[in-house]
Amino acid sequence: MASLKKRGAGRQLRGGRLTYAVLILFTVGSLFPLVWTAIAASRNNTRLAQTPPPFWFGGNLFKNLEIAWTDANMGTALINTLVVAGSITVGTVLFSTLAGFAFAKLRFRFRGLLLLLVIGTMMVPPQLSVVPLFMMVAEFGWTDQLQSVVLPTLVSAFGVFFMRQYLIEALPTELIEAARVDGASSFRVIWHIVFPAARPAMAVLGMLTFVMAWNDFFWPIIALTQGGEPTVQVALAGLGRGQIPDQSVIMAGALLGTLPLLIAFVLFGKQIVGGIMQGAVKG
Amino acid sequence: MTDIPSDTRTAAPSAGEEGAARRARAAVSPADPAAERRRARRSRRYRRDVRWSPYVLIAPFFLFFLAFGLFPLLYTGWASLHRVELGTPTDMEWVGLRNFSRLLDDDFFWNALRNTFTIGVISTVPQLLMALGLAHLLNYRLRGSMFFRVAILTPYATSVAAATLVFVLMFSRTDHGMINWGLGLVGIDAVDWQNGDWTAQFAVSAIVIWRWTGYNALIYLAAMQAIPKDLYESAALDGASRWQQFRHVTVPSLRPTILFTCVVSTIGATQLFGEPLLFSQGASPTGGSDHQFQTLGLYLYEQGWFNQHLGRASAIAWTMFLILVLIGLLNWVISRRIRRNA
Repeated sequence: MASLKKRGAGRQLRGGRLTYAVLILFTVGSLFPLVWTAIAASRNNTRLAQTPPPFWFGGNLFKNLEIAWTDANMGTALINTLVVAGSITVGTVLFSTLAGFAFAKLRFRFRGLLLLLVIGTMMVPPQLSVVPLFMMVAEFGWTDQLQSVVLPTLVSAFGVFFMRQYLIEALPTELIEAARVDGASSFRVIWHIVFPAARPAMAVLGMLTFVMAWNDFFWPIIALTQGGEPTVQVALAGLGRGQIPDQSVIMAGALLGTLPLLIAFVLFGKQIVGGIMQGAVKG
Repeated sequence: MTDIPSDTRTAAPSAGEEGAARRARAAVSPADPAAERRRARRSRRYRRDVRWSPYVLIAPFFLFFLAFGLFPLLYTGWASLHRVELGTPTDMEWVGLRNFSRLLDDDFFWNALRNTFTIGVISTVPQLLMALGLAHLLNYRLRGSMFFRVAILTPYATSVAAATLVFVLMFSRTDHGMINWGLGLVGIDAVDWQNGDWTAQFAVSAIVIWRWTGYNALIYLAAMQAIPKDLYESAALDGASRWQQFRHVTVPSLRPTILFTCVVSTIGATQLFGEPLLFSQGASPTGGSDHQFQTLGLYLYEQGWFNQHLGRASAIAWTMFLILVLIGLLNWVISRRIRRNA
């Protein structure tokens, strides 16, 4: 982004009062449901059934969080999601960088064909493989175990394509060739040249993957159960089924499941925004 | 990075027993047969490395990709030609195309297809239009521009499940629901959002719009910032108003990006699942009491995991795939035409 500004691209007219008004409206619209989740979580079921709806915090927040933590299995769910999303992120970033580098800079047989296969399946929805995955998980006895969610999501075609696009430009071919002439092994080339060059894209891919893995819904609610080893989304789906009828507790659960990512957004908001915008230009 | 050459020269022929002294001698007398052998070994290893390392690098990806990506994808097609029960997923009985013919005879399939389409349109069109306008505003020089960007992106961090649970409460049918209360302030009677036909579809779309508008706005913003400044300057010299500049400079430059977001949103709309599932009372897969917002994704889930017909679920999956292929072809035709006109 900084480089774009230096080149003088983009328009830099000053925003008027109306611009600010509309932007503030959208900001309120974006944040209000989240703030109201916290407000509803701090009330009780009776209050939520009254008119008008509450617009300020009540005193039940910690009680409701505690009930959600234990009764809705949110405590286990948060730890499980951290494990699942963490492993998926590490796997996706590492394997995508290695394969992306090979596709970007190395010559080998069937390269074009294999790349076409990756790109062709990039947009295939998860629904298309869910029945066989279910059969495999049943066959291996992985039902309600975390690897049933981690392993099928561990690599991503999008990730390989993304890293390839980035490395084509960011990694000078001459640098690799020079190292090769000096007799550097592939391992050394990757460790000392590819990884340092790929670091910004790896960070972007890592953030996008983590958010996606944290919020993944369709496959986890098939593979996991709320009473066993749920992820956050599985536990929330259980709340949606009416497992706990108290609305304020449901909102406390939603709050607990969203809070870690919201905190990450407050801390790294700038980097995440930059990452998504960079990804948009590259992709 | 400068340590690579010197490092490797000592590391490459690491055939244990040779000492540093011998290595030094080898360097001065190239005729030494031992050194000759070492050099041959080194170059052999080097050639092997260059030849095979690409396959080693792509192997981890393709291993998982084949096992959990490509194989299930194709096997779904095979399963769709069988009768497979949820309880005994390994017992498969060949039925040919019967799953597909029963699908086409099922009113609920056509209902789900229609709902997927209408919810897709109601959620995608306003979302992308708003995102475009929002990006245009964010492209001005603003105080606190990073705050606005992060703020409109926060819904993206909220999961489908959490967002839907909150929206269910806000769209609650009686007048204590946030939305109905707001409508009541301006004199509109409480709406039964969940049980109405189009009201439920509207509410489900609202969740999608809320989660994705900011994300798409940032994508458009990134593309807008890459538009060369002089295009605007010359347009302004020609006396173009701000609106005309937006219409005749910004939008044409964004065309590839707009097409890209359309495709991605359409694919997302085709597989819409979590929002309608949790918006339904008790998270039932029927998509409302009257199937009024059952999407294809929900229909698949209902057939497979509630009616226990995995074979029919596979047939639905392949039908969805076919629809996506059609969309892909349509996209290809449109983008080719755009390129030809440009």
